[in-house]
Amino acid sequence: MRYLPKSPSERQEMLAAIGTRSVEELFKSIPEKFRLRAPLDLPGPLSEAEIIQYFQARAAENARGYVSFLGAGVYQHLRSVAADALIQRGEFLTSYTPYQAEFAQGTLTAIFEFQTLMCQITGQEVANASMYDGSTALTEAVLMAERLTGRRHVLVARSVHPEYRQVLTTYAKNLGLEIEEIGYTASGQLDRAALKPETLARTAAVVVQSPNFFGILEELPALAEVAHGSGALLVTAITEAVSLGIVRPPAEADIVAMEGQAFGIPPSYGGPYVGVIATREKFVRQMPGRLAGQTTDAAGNRGFVLTLATREQHIRREKATSNICTNEALYALAATIHLCLIGKEGLREQALQNLAKARFAQAELEKIPGVRRVFGGPTFNEFSLEFPRSVKMINAELLKEKIIGPFALGTQYPELTKRAVICVTETAPRAEIERFAVAVRRILERPV
Amino acid sequence: MYPADYRYTKDHEWIKLQGDIGTIGITDYAQQELGDVVFVELPKVKAKISAGKSLGSVESVKAVSEIYSPVSGEVTETNPLLIDAPEKINTDPHNTAWLIKLKLADPKEVAALMDATAYQAYIAEQAKEHSA
Amino acid sequence: MNPKITDLETPIKNVGKARAHVSQNEGLIFEQSAPGKRGMELPPLDVPAVDPAKALGSEFTRAAIEGFPEVSEIEVIRHFTRLSTWNYAIDLGMYPLGSCTMKYNPRVNEFVARLDGLACEHPEQPAEVSQGCLRILHDLQKCLLSITGMDAATLQPAAGAQGELTGLLMIRAYLESQGNPRHKVLIPDSAHGTNPASVVIAGYEVQNIKSNSRGQIDTDHLREFVTDDVAALMLTNPSTLGVFEERIAEIAAILHERGALLYMDGANMNALAGVTRPGDFGVDVMHLNLHKTFSTPHGGGGPGAGPVLTKKILEPFLPVPVIVQKPDGTYALDHNRAKSVGRVRAFAGNFGVLLRALAYTLAYGSGIRQATEDAVLNANYIRKNLEPYFDLPYNLPSMHEVVFSDARQKAKGVNTMDIAKRLIDYGFHPYTTAFPLIVPGAMMIEPTESESKQECDLFIDAMRSIAAEADATPDLVKTAPHSTRVGRLDEVAAARKPILRWKPA
Repeated sequence: MRYLPKSPSERQEMLAAIGTRSVEELFKSIPEKFRLRAPLDLPGPLSEAEIIQYFQARAAENARGYVSFLGAGVYQHLRSVAADALIQRGEFLTSYTPYQAEFAQGTLTAIFEFQTLMCQITGQEVANASMYDGSTALTEAVLMAERLTGRRHVLVARSVHPEYRQVLTTYAKNLGLEIEEIGYTASGQLDRAALKPETLARTAAVVVQSPNFFGILEELPALAEVAHGSGALLVTAITEAVSLGIVRPPAEADIVAMEGQAFGIPPSYGGPYVGVIATREKFVRQMPGRLAGQTTDAAGNRGFVLTLATREQHIRREKATSNICTNEALYALAATIHLCLIGKEGLREQALQNLAKARFAQAELEKIPGVRRVFGGPTFNEFSLEFPRSVKMINAELLKEKIIGPFALGTQYPELTKRAVICVTETAPRAEIERFAVAVRRILERPV
Repeated sequence: MYPADYRYTKDHEWIKLQGDIGTIGITDYAQQELGDVVFVELPKVKAKISAGKSLGSVESVKAVSEIYSPVSGEVTETNPLLIDAPEKINTDPHNTAWLIKLKLADPKEVAALMDATAYQAYIAEQAKEHSA
Repeated sequence: MNPKITDLETPIKNVGKARAHVSQNEGLIFEQSAPGKRGMELPPLDVPAVDPAKALGSEFTRAAIEGFPEVSEIEVIRHFTRLSTWNYAIDLGMYPLGSCTMKYNPRVNEFVARLDGLACEHPEQPAEVSQGCLRILHDLQKCLLSITGMDAATLQPAAGAQGELTGLLMIRAYLESQGNPRHKVLIPDSAHGTNPASVVIAGYEVQNIKSNSRGQIDTDHLREFVTDDVAALMLTNPSTLGVFEERIAEIAAILHERGALLYMDGANMNALAGVTRPGDFGVDVMHLNLHKTFSTPHGGGGPGAGPVLTKKILEPFLPVPVIVQKPDGTYALDHNRAKSVGRVRAFAGNFGVLLRALAYTLAYGSGIRQATEDAVLNANYIRKNLEPYFDLPYNLPSMHEVVFSDARQKAKGVNTMDIAKRLIDYGFHPYTTAFPLIVPGAMMIEPTESESKQECDLFIDAMRSIAAEADATPDLVKTAPHSTRVGRLDEVAAARKPILRWKPA
């Protein structure tokens, strides 16, 4: 077997050195009746060429060659060859969590840079070394708010990503957290009238997403003011991180839970991505996850170490701020490299292109009779439209033309049938946007 | 080393009583066991605390130690010095690095604690067990 | 005053593993930034430009991000390449971190994960154009079920700790359906810290149980603890001492008699794959760490994946969605499951990690047993060769890892961390220090099957040499490493006055 570096005679030599006759003897502590006699029922073994064939065949069964207008928490953005090449360097790819700082300065330095970039982007003071993804980051942010306020009631906007809310519900169920959902207004923004002082007085956090699931930007400074007025915290989720290239950062939020996938990480059918938690310095001891910090050695050389580890499970066990251990370090590195490459001007330009392409697509679609904008609030690269016929039907027809249509809101919001949230990023060429609009028009013009 | 007018607990806290106000800290033995202190977590003023219950914690780089209150009462003051200089616990645990002051619910509780002689005998015993 | 290496001895002697070489100096990327540089260009905008202040309103827009990097592509390549050379890696040699299973990460797995048609699939795209992704997930589930002898699976948990939580939530939902979720979960003192932390999130209380003098579960002791209020025992098997729980069937029976379940932390599955199956020895629910046993790269801390495998009784409670194969042979995600514990993360899991784990499994087939045998062989070979030099606190048959202690070296003031740091000078990554907690001064060594006899011999030479140094020149060991870019870093200062991000001067 190509991954195993021992010859049969070397195995024998090693057994002899141990003083055992057979490998079987090494497993004698496993009760005889539980030891497998027959080989496992598994496909393979496959050579490298056969493995590639298997996966190429699977790739051919997917949406290769399709153009997509799906966003809904996962975004197609430009990626660079350089970033992907760098994260495949064995020293990054095949190293462990940097507990032995002297032998892991590469990873630690990169984490410190990641933390810095996430602070710059979110307008917050401290960011951790990564969480699993945006959905679990949001849940951890809410648990953090509970610890900080000692309150157990949480107000969550219905315009937060439905799957993020589902994850929060799963975690909250056994922790005695009371989750209450707040609706949205005609603008698509959180219904501020639902934030009553008497409720907020017992609320740990008001949880919003911006841009929200409908693509609408929330008025975060005003929401923060209302929450803070009653001692509640503002937790802000961000699923489309590229928006922060031009959109005002959530600096007024107390905790930001962000999905970093948009920073050069492929959609990969749902993961791995990179979750981010950023917050105020004064809250750092209630943060989950790893943190890298700057320090020096005896000779005064700058170096980085994992720090404030007493918050974590390997030290505080059942009293830890979270059970997280493994995080998404490699994709935090990928995002770091991507952001260094695209840089200050590039990130802004990318965000501007998203805004322009989405506006162009929206205008093209709104020219179709019966297609109307759903919400009045400001949007970035996603926008919600109402169609005169079922989105499911439209999408099924689009698929025949190798177009993956928008996210049908009715599946998650019964009151929003015939509505869909459309995403257009810098990766959609104008010709494809036009083809999409023409296809939608043709489908809608067909007799029922 | 261990002031004669203090009383001590088996969890290595000390208390100095002045009227019905007790000043509480951790002992020199405790700070040595813990190593370099990097952070101290203390209760809020006016918090009610019961004897034997945790009143906060002291952290080194790789360990967290709970601090158990020797007596019951209400917190009247916490030591502001420790916010910026937790290392004082390593250098001056019995004086400037006190943790909290407490208005005792029942000053008689102090009588049940060890005096300096008893405590020194106790830690000598502990040290013996450790090396065994 | 720390002794200088030149005052003592050469840092590396009589070993063939490594010697010192120059490494490049490199500042932070922010320190190399200058206005006007960039490392990536976008295709020109092919639609009319939009003024953000007009489109969004100036209250929703921001100026350029202060302090954000402005560097060219070559600078980024050099920066991160230089940083990478400051790391140790499996690709450089043995990475004997006990409990972490740092095995070879096959390169073909990286290749197939990047195929067009796999890397760019959107998790919300329709099932009819996701059949390839769904089949990969379904095939992996079948393989994992075969290897563990369990009945049902979820691939959604993002890592081992989330797998633990998922398994516990399923136990809770099952017991609730029986009328009483119960209050306590038992955890041996040798367990990973994630176990108790996960128990708390599942709404249970942790009850710690002491290991016996053999580092195993004392079944008489366990009987006393297993009341009608105990939901489960979380057991790592082989234990964190690298020892198989010989009375595992009895442990399962004790729990089952009282209606409690047996959770197995599968962190050490690398000792069992192809040799024995948890499903056969009484385990009700378990998780696997695909970034350990199934070779997906650890990437400096993640990503991972923590699939959960269960017996039939727990199947109704699996998180949504569940991957199903329909009668017509096509695959789909089933969201409609009334008894499900819910969702533990967005979308279907860390697909890119799961895909790599399948590639690994396909490479071995039933030959995965040979990998397990080699892993156990390596651990026992190292144990045999180091036993004369280091204290072995629990003299029990080792499986895939061996736990020594620093008891002998302590006499000269040398502890496990010192020995670990000195290993760096010999060109090896340290073993796991100070874990499991039941061994004071633990030195936990897991070579994995990926090491040749030659690499094992070099490691043994290094450890013997350090044992000799600990005796003759203990200061040399206590001040190690001597060969790295930075010496031991001041962790106390880092924690007292945390500096957690770069700020413009």
